[in-house]
Amino acid sequence: MLILEIIMVSLGAIRANVMRSILTTLGIVIGVAAVISVVALGEGAQASVEQQIERMGTNVLTIRPGQQMWGGVSRGETSQLSVSDAEALRDRSEGLLSVAPEVSSRQQIAYLRWNSNNQIVGTWPDYFPMYDHALQAGRYFNRGEVQGRRRVAVLGYNVPEALGGTSAGALIGQTIQVRGVPFEVVGVLQEKGEAAWIRPDDQIFIPVSTAQYRVFGGRERLNSIYAATASPQQLDQAFGVIDRIMRREHRIRPGAEADFNIRNSSDLLATFNETNQTFALLLASIAGVSLLVGGIGIMNIMLVSVTERTREIGVRKALGATRRTILFQFLVESLALCTLGGIVGVGAGYGAAELLTRFAEWDTIIAPAAVFTALAFSAGVGLFFGILPAQRAAKLDPIVALRYE
Amino acid sequence: MNDVIIRTEGLQKHYVLGAETVRAVRGVDLTIHSGEFVAIMGPSGSGKSTFMNMIGCLDTPTAGKYWLDGQLVSTLSEDELARVRNQAIGFVFQTFNLLPRATALHNVELPLIYAGVGGKERRERATEKLRLVGLADRMDHKPPEMSGGQRQRVAVARALVNEPALLLADEPTGNLDSTTSEEIMVQLRALNEAGQTIVIVTHERDIAEVARRQVHLRDGLIERDFLNSTVETTV
Repeated sequence: MLILEIIMVSLGAIRANVMRSILTTLGIVIGVAAVISVVALGEGAQASVEQQIERMGTNVLTIRPGQQMWGGVSRGETSQLSVSDAEALRDRSEGLLSVAPEVSSRQQIAYLRWNSNNQIVGTWPDYFPMYDHALQAGRYFNRGEVQGRRRVAVLGYNVPEALGGTSAGALIGQTIQVRGVPFEVVGVLQEKGEAAWIRPDDQIFIPVSTAQYRVFGGRERLNSIYAATASPQQLDQAFGVIDRIMRREHRIRPGAEADFNIRNSSDLLATFNETNQTFALLLASIAGVSLLVGGIGIMNIMLVSVTERTREIGVRKALGATRRTILFQFLVESLALCTLGGIVGVGAGYGAAELLTRFAEWDTIIAPAAVFTALAFSAGVGLFFGILPAQRAAKLDPIVALRYE
Repeated sequence: MNDVIIRTEGLQKHYVLGAETVRAVRGVDLTIHSGEFVAIMGPSGSGKSTFMNMIGCLDTPTAGKYWLDGQLVSTLSEDELARVRNQAIGFVFQTFNLLPRATALHNVELPLIYAGVGGKERRERATEKLRLVGLADRMDHKPPEMSGGQRQRVAVARALVNEPALLLADEPTGNLDSTTSEEIMVQLRALNEAGQTIVIVTHERDIAEVARRQVHLRDGLIERDFLNSTVETTV
């Protein structure tokens, strides 16, 4: 009963000074809006990365060369992955794995009078089903062409656009130059979208043997080997199989340090998330600082308000208000100010995120947890910065307060 | 006479001002019965304000005892004193001390809010007291929209709303012209005749003469304590 009355009194005081209340809470509004929109951006970025990594394949393991270690000390030479490693994985995994090697680098390409700079990926035909690369026109290259180091190329979705906008169909059978070497275009892929930092739509795929010996000048070393299982449930098993085969190929005893790494896409995801979270935390703490500043503003105004209303406090005390009642009244006032600011801030943050999505085309996600946290935090700010002014009000001596002019 | 409302025994109040100790009240023994109308008089520095603060439970004595309406209040804590002020005392101040942004009705309701009285009963009781002081038609006005006399009548209504054992008025006419002063004093006289115990602190002789009894303080002690021989109905 009494509590309700005191809350009404507090809200009445806020309403009586509308302009001042608005200006006071502006700091909180901006702080909360910043937190909400920054977190929304972070969540959006994370979700799109997750989506991209999902697109990269959740059932694919990536084998990369690792540093060869000797008693915990690097021997200084980086190990190599070769096509024979890939062949061993394919042939000895008893059908568990489909395997594709990758050797890649950016190269200048030319078609008629157009030039472009693209990622050239030398691989096997097994690469295409592994990453769900569907054809738009033509065909994939085949094993025979890999064997024969044939100069054939499959273009990513964006490549025809870069080469003068020729249609995919018209490019089939045409000759393009990759680092000066002529290639016959045999296929063009459908659109794939981004997958993390990889842009498959800009890539050009050629047989790995052709890449190694005709384009990259006899480079034996692979960038990586991809090994896919039929389902994500087989990944653990595949991990062991790959480790065993690779150790035999590289003559490394079981238990000794391996000179290769096997990673799955969730490892990549974890690494990416870590970076992303660090960044989000940094931005959120900057936004948090503005909340803090907003809180100090609230405290400042509440102190002014207590001084201004000294007489009112004196009257209330003379008429029977206890210390706690007065404390509660002023605490509710700053709490209400901050919470209202928080609510408006959530709305503003939501609007800002919406604008960023619409005009900057950044993915944003408003997480309910972020909204809740921001509101709780602004209420906390109200309590924390309200306590000092409220205590000052509660401690006023009614005799002195009543005489205050 | 009837029950004792106020009884003080050797009431003292000392202040420490720098190196000096000011003995504002130096031992006052006073008894006021129910239904009395007492004026406490004295020049400035006589200790009458300090005495009044203690009588009004706004301040605690340095030494001595004070019983209000049978309860020993000189040893109570701050919050207990707040409860006593709320339930046993009605204040009327020289400067009215109304909340400027609240209506007359809300101002009168205020003590009842702190007493925890429910909304409906609160409004009824506040309305009744405003009617008693003749302001039934001005309940929704705010203090700045009212004259000084009207404001002081709101304050009187507020002081009465908790049916206090003691109505304590501190220079109630100090900010009013003579006509409105007279109105307020007539009001207080009428209340007293209806049985309300009233203590009024003043330095104006003609105001004090409206009361039935005068207590004169000087240098923190009672100098004179006597009944007014002739009680005039008008000032």
